[in-house]
Amino acid sequence: MMDKNLVKNYIAKRVAKELKDGNVVNLGIGLPTLVSNFIPDDIEIILQSENGFLGMGPAPKEGEEDPYVVNAGGQYTTVNPGGVFFDSADSFVIIRGGHVDVTVLGALEVDERGNLANWMVPGKMVPGMGGAMDLVTGAKKVIVAMNHTAKGNHKILKECKLPLTAVNVVNFIITEMGVMEVTASGLVLREINPEYSIEDVQIATEATLIIPEDLKEIQA
Amino acid sequence: MKEVVIVSAVRTPIGSFGEVSNLNKLISVDDAVNMINDGMSIMVGGFLGCKNPFKIVNALVEKGVKNITLIANDTSFPEVGIGKLIVNKQVKKLIASHIGTNKETGNQMNAGELDVELVPQGTLAERIRAAGAGLGGILTPTGIGTIVADGKKTIEVDGKEYLLEKPLRADVAIIVGAKVDKKGNIRYSKATRNFNPMMATAADIVIVEADEIVEVGELDPDDIMTPGIFVNYIVLGGNE
Repeated sequence: MMDKNLVKNYIAKRVAKELKDGNVVNLGIGLPTLVSNFIPDDIEIILQSENGFLGMGPAPKEGEEDPYVVNAGGQYTTVNPGGVFFDSADSFVIIRGGHVDVTVLGALEVDERGNLANWMVPGKMVPGMGGAMDLVTGAKKVIVAMNHTAKGNHKILKECKLPLTAVNVVNFIITEMGVMEVTASGLVLREINPEYSIEDVQIATEATLIIPEDLKEIQA
Repeated sequence: MKEVVIVSAVRTPIGSFGEVSNLNKLISVDDAVNMINDGMSIMVGGFLGCKNPFKIVNALVEKGVKNITLIANDTSFPEVGIGKLIVNKQVKKLIASHIGTNKETGNQMNAGELDVELVPQGTLAERIRAAGAGLGGILTPTGIGTIVADGKKTIEVDGKEYLLEKPLRADVAIIVGAKVDKKGNIRYSKATRNFNPMMATAADIVIVEADEIVEVGELDPDDIMTPGIFVNYIVLGGNE
């Protein structure tokens, strides 16, 4: 079994393969941020930061932090040549208006109809939705990148129980066990981590997985 | 060293608040805070402390203004900027998109001490913009099918469903600018722009805290991001 960091990097590496040259991409805080470490040198991805810029670069070297350049999680970041700053209304013109090609974010729960819950656990944890509701509503492709289960509990469900972030928006779920696509007929397991059997993945998933004939091994 | 203008305390007679005088918009931080009283609604620019108008906010914390309705993207961190207004229990109602970085906000909300309205970030930006633009609201697909839609009108346009979100105004907007000329024309810097341009249009009194105040004419009109007509008062913040 892979350790925690290995799992995160494994997922991030597989997500990176979904990104195409020239894509405008928004990466959520946490695991999704790691995706930027695995973008091949021969393609250019334009990262959007919902607090107001395009062309987000890597984290700054120590001592070179600019307090006016932070990402949507409040951490210091940098801007690549050709980057551009704008206000929050323009930022969400880009996000809500369908100008983001791919958004990658985590989930508390996701279900076989592509419903997503990732912003509150009533009475316990209510961080707020921030830009997540707009991102999943507006982005052309929505990828949930997360651990397959939470402390042994299912996260990929028949139907979300927590308050929703949005209805029928998720396109792909990428975990350490496999790659799943939300389709009109249900959740299709497209790729599987060879460390696991189909049965392992199904047991870890409340929703019923559709297993296609051309099921592939994850190439992460 | 940057060249900065030393600002003298200029009293503006009560009654003229909200009216824009082009002759002298420079005021002291004390004058700014004197306009802000218990029970007012206040919009504050910034994104997770990048950056709030720290000088004015710190003075508000010191003055202890109570029962504020605070409108901001987030509540920063407990020890940074508007985060302190929460910790100091000066806020009665909060309208924001994210409160996860300030545990005290969640604690007060769960204890029933703080009324919190969570608004999707893009919706918050457009609600403020709508108020400043004289619109009766905006139609957004964001929030459809979620608890954000509870109690709100949905409107179908060309077969697609949208939520009607109402405009959001405040008594006072406190914003930040990197370079501000004496007419209140603002140039923002980098990621500090965020909600400031919308907030500048949507409050009765608009106060900008400037990193640097420059003479009229020093900013290239092409570089001005918020026209000075929206700005009532300018406070020198310095680059804190």
